[in-house]
Amino acid sequence: MADDGVFHRMMTRRRLLAAASAAAAGAALSRPAWAQSMIDLPLPDGPGARQITTSFPQKGPMILQRTRPPLLETPFEVFDKGVFTPNNQFYVRWHWALIPTDIDTDKFALTVRGHVNQTLSLSLNDILHGLPSVQLSAVNQCSGNSRGFFQPRVPGGEWANGAMGNALWTGVRLKDVLDKAGVKPGAVQVRFKGLEEPVVADAPHFVKSLDIDHARDGEVMIAFAMNGEQLPLLNGFPLRLIVPGWYATYWVKMLNDIEVLNQPDTNYWTKVAYTIPDTPYASIKPGEAGVKMIPINRMVPRSFVTNMASGSKVNAAAPLRGIAFGGDCGVAGVDYSIDRGQSWRQAQLGKDEGKYGFRQWQTQLALPAPGKYSLLIRCTNSNGVAQPDTPNWNPAGFMRNVVESIDIIAA
Amino acid sequence: MFLNLLPVLVVLCVASTPLAARAATTFELKSVKIDLPDSDRMFPEGPGSDAINNNCLACHSAGMVLNQPALSKQAWTAEVNKMINNYKAPVAPEDVGTIVDYLTALKGAK
Repeated sequence: MADDGVFHRMMTRRRLLAAASAAAAGAALSRPAWAQSMIDLPLPDGPGARQITTSFPQKGPMILQRTRPPLLETPFEVFDKGVFTPNNQFYVRWHWALIPTDIDTDKFALTVRGHVNQTLSLSLNDILHGLPSVQLSAVNQCSGNSRGFFQPRVPGGEWANGAMGNALWTGVRLKDVLDKAGVKPGAVQVRFKGLEEPVVADAPHFVKSLDIDHARDGEVMIAFAMNGEQLPLLNGFPLRLIVPGWYATYWVKMLNDIEVLNQPDTNYWTKVAYTIPDTPYASIKPGEAGVKMIPINRMVPRSFVTNMASGSKVNAAAPLRGIAFGGDCGVAGVDYSIDRGQSWRQAQLGKDEGKYGFRQWQTQLALPAPGKYSLLIRCTNSNGVAQPDTPNWNPAGFMRNVVESIDIIAA
Repeated sequence: MFLNLLPVLVVLCVASTPLAARAATTFELKSVKIDLPDSDRMFPEGPGSDAINNNCLACHSAGMVLNQPALSKQAWTAEVNKMINNYKAPVAPEDVGTIVDYLTALKGAK
């Protein structure tokens, strides 16, 4: 059972200094210009200290995982505010450092080419005003969200639980765009590329592919708006692929090139990177070799407490609430346990904003006696899949979805 | 009584339709020009710090590495080789061992 808290202890460097030495109290009063807010992510064996940065354009306070290329994590308390994650605190994840920072909407074009009847070059005007627009709320979650909680630890972006977000996406159906170009018989996959470029010339450009039937399912879309506004540049302005129910690696940012393929894609990012063991929960034993690997694909259910930090002192009758998502389908139920999983009770689900989005849940705790409790939270999705009670493990740190637990003390 | 439920059901069905097709939008996009912050953070000084500063910071800032957990020398070797073989990091062959030793000294598994 994982015992990571979903909340993280906030502290300021100023406060750290004050704790370290009495002399620092003077410095604290003068509020030095370099004082920065810090957070301590509860990653097993650390390091958990991260800066809270406000240096990134169009973004509010974010947990700095890496400056270049940017990896910015959503501070977890944001998820308590509602099911839609604000654009300015939506997490950010880029692979390559050469990211265009100047996008002229009059010059931008999306190319559709390959195994099609006619190659298209679509302007933003063609896309916004020439095709029916559709809306969908969906969770975008990094394959490696929560990687920092893997034990044994694995290399990669050492995220806590904030490499995810839910937004109301507005855009056009990918199917409509493909139909406009006319997919030829024999097409098997569709490959997507954005404007980011590797620093090293012969390094593999970031591209991802979907099977042709998936690409034409009418749900996969090209978004030009997120929560009713244009996307922040770091979240993929002006166009981003939306693949509901699938991990964010497929949600190509700054999408400007769509290539219909008549043979399976063998590029590095689909064939080698972002692969998982073809086992239940994508889980293997550390060191286990010779396992068949497949591209990561559908998401799995998760749920979190959002109104209490691990270690909190609470009233015996405190309200408890959080968010859940079903992964590749809706949420059927969220259950919680106050007795380490011996018995489970149902939480009440909030409004359904769409099966691929976050769903709020809430309940009223009734803790029988003062003392310590370990609360467990478990989502079961509408396909009947529940979160497992033991953590998965794989060398890339993908697809964590163990039942979450928080430790609280009843007054 | 059942008839009274009908409007509710209709509303529920509309609300749960994942995609609501509409006419083309009146939404407009505005051009964006931003500046991204850079990092001037270097690796802590020590044997091999020049090699890692010179070879690794072109593609990513140092914080990525400094946020990593303790890993075995074998794991650090695999990471450095992944950067060279998969991501084409132009690391001079004579620097590979130095970088692995630096990482293992800084963040080796205890």
